[in-house]
Amino acid sequence: MNVFARVRDWLDERFGWAEMIAPLRKKTVPQHRYSYWYYLGGITLFLFLVQVGTGMLLLLYYKPTANEAFESVQHIMTQVKFGWLVRSIHSWAANLMVFTAFAHMFSVLFLHAYRKPRELTWVSGMALLFLVMGFGFSGYLLPWNTLAFFATKVGTDIAGQVPLIGAQLKILLRGGEEVTGATLTRFFGLHVALLPGLTTLLIALHLALVQKFGISVPPSLEAEWSAQPVERREMKFFPNFFLRELMAWYIALGVLGALAALAPWELGTKADPFAPAPAGIRPEWYFMFMFQTLKLIPAKVWFVDGEALGILTFSGAALVWLVLPFLEREGSRRARQWLFGAGIFALAYMAVMTVYGYVAK
Amino acid sequence: MTQGSLKLLLRTLGILLLFALVLAGASPIHAQTPAKNSCLDCHSIMPEPLGVTTEQFTADIHSQKGFTCANCHGGDPASDDPTVSMGRAAGFKGKIARAQVPALCASCHSNAAMIRRYNPSLRTDQFSQYQTSVHGQLLVRGNSKVAVCTDCHSVHGIRPASDSRSSVHPVNVAKTCARCHADSDYMKGFSIPTDQFASYSASVHHEALTVRGDLSAPTCTTCHGNHGAAPPGVASVENVCATCHVFQAQLFDTSRHKEAFAAMQLPGCVTCHSNHRIQRPSDDMIGTNAEAVCITCHSDGDAGFAAAANMRAQLDGLVKAIHQAQEVLDRAEQSGMEISGPKLNQAQARDALTKARVTIHSFQPGRVAEDIQEGLKASSANLQAGMEALAERDYRRIGLAVSLLTIVLVLIALRLYIRKIENPNP
Repeated sequence: MNVFARVRDWLDERFGWAEMIAPLRKKTVPQHRYSYWYYLGGITLFLFLVQVGTGMLLLLYYKPTANEAFESVQHIMTQVKFGWLVRSIHSWAANLMVFTAFAHMFSVLFLHAYRKPRELTWVSGMALLFLVMGFGFSGYLLPWNTLAFFATKVGTDIAGQVPLIGAQLKILLRGGEEVTGATLTRFFGLHVALLPGLTTLLIALHLALVQKFGISVPPSLEAEWSAQPVERREMKFFPNFFLRELMAWYIALGVLGALAALAPWELGTKADPFAPAPAGIRPEWYFMFMFQTLKLIPAKVWFVDGEALGILTFSGAALVWLVLPFLEREGSRRARQWLFGAGIFALAYMAVMTVYGYVAK
Repeated sequence: MTQGSLKLLLRTLGILLLFALVLAGASPIHAQTPAKNSCLDCHSIMPEPLGVTTEQFTADIHSQKGFTCANCHGGDPASDDPTVSMGRAAGFKGKIARAQVPALCASCHSNAAMIRRYNPSLRTDQFSQYQTSVHGQLLVRGNSKVAVCTDCHSVHGIRPASDSRSSVHPVNVAKTCARCHADSDYMKGFSIPTDQFASYSASVHHEALTVRGDLSAPTCTTCHGNHGAAPPGVASVENVCATCHVFQAQLFDTSRHKEAFAAMQLPGCVTCHSNHRIQRPSDDMIGTNAEAVCITCHSDGDAGFAAAANMRAQLDGLVKAIHQAQEVLDRAEQSGMEISGPKLNQAQARDALTKARVTIHSFQPGRVAEDIQEGLKASSANLQAGMEALAERDYRRIGLAVSLLTIVLVLIALRLYIRKIENPNP
């Protein structure tokens, strides 16, 4: 008996391992022309695990104070063995994770995978997407470089425009009136404790729901397969889908390594709170569509403050997106087309505004 | 009291009263500004040369401080009757003769007590300086073509020198001087060239002043003086340049050239750098090549010729070393390497080069070598850092290639394994 079999027997004897993994053995994944979209969730999970691993390594050297943060990241990039690789992978994986999380969300939307009984899977996924954006916003400031400092200033100023609670929210985020070392400390706390804790819990819930309800088949295919049951194809989750997912993870690892080695994430210059804001302050690319929209809204729309109106609109849209499955009446083709159209509009709007934000001066 | 005594008393009282009135007229800070200015009523609608527009008059610093036409020209601006307002009884002087202008202006501007009431920091030695100037001395000799106060400061629209619209604002001074000094017809009879403005316009000083907006950069008056304008003598050229170029002057003082130039009656800095058409100095100025100024006096075989060649070779060596280090650092940076430290240290090498270029004014190769060695040391360390960064980049790329190859092999193995387990006919 080899070592693996002995370990398996040992676990089985004590915890009922075979019984525990029995559902995984039975689990199947539909096989069809859109199957490749199923890998996006797994790739996002892989990138999150990369973030946890590289984040823990960065914690060994990173110092979260206004005086030392920049120098500690510089030390990681230049002095620590493979520090450049760890930091670059952390930065690139963060951006790729935001991208794959958005792509996963839109694929679920366009394949109508959110519909009954998977409404809560969608809600937990949306909450994870918001958390990922929170990771991005809080992590951007941590190297304490000029661009990040002023982008955080602008970002928290925007949060300050939220009606009724804006002023308090801004002070809560900044830890005072201005972006200072206190802001860095609290962003650091958010980034390495609160957000990872919440995310881990939500990922567990999300995966449990995926396991519970299985993988969704798009309604059009469902109809085709109902008409011709012989067309129905499935593969075992383990090992068939799992090995394919593993291939996707390896590809993601290769892309990450190539980006980190060929285009290491740059550090910029240390933030100087007393210096004037440099030209061309921009948020991270995934906030650009909102930033550009707020720039285009006039200062006053009728009698309402333009920026506050923009923030309210985005907050409302996010809330609607969160509860999207509940807006679709069961089996209503018209409602489904409406949501499909809304998804196309949202994707086009985000793409156009992001490009406009980078092109406009 | 006899009738004669009474007449004498009345005449004395009359003179005193008139004197008091004149004094009161010259002290507008105490006087009420006349509501009526009949001078402007007429002269504002007259053509040149008698016309003075309301805009000109109100923009004039004197008008803004409460002075009127009468303070310079006499007369009574309160009267509409020309025979009264421009009458002898009102002390009307009419057009002031050019030769009288400096003294008229000085009647106030040399009066420290009076000027203090308007602008305590304004100097009051303009007239005494003017009397020492070439302009002032020629004026006394009856040459009325030379500049008087109004030629530079204008007449009825005088603005303070700090006003950028003023003809004597630093940026405008050269153009103001050029109105006469660049006019070859006007300057006929004076034995000086008229190309100074054209030369100055092509100089590094002009560029600093007008392009970079550095108001401390020299213009005509910085070197020649303003009210006491005169060409600096051969002996004083170095002192004039030293007001800005302190270190170069100190080094020149310790050099052999100091005595040699004095003996040859050569005007210090100007000998190598020229005067009005001063260019940004380049390393080509030193050495033994065709552009070098050294070969004007030195020739092959003398010690100065060898020293010039040596200093030029040292400068070239450091320039090359800095350039080489920068090129390697740029390549490393474009490859995404973090080299902010060595890039910052490049400033040390460049500072040493700048210092060496200043030390050239000692004309001692040994002293120049001290600065050059400092620069070479810094640039060599930076070059080494850049090379290490490039080596690290290559190491990363090899690592990436190995990792990608491994990943591809794993992917192939996985794909083959999947095919094997999914093969219905194993």
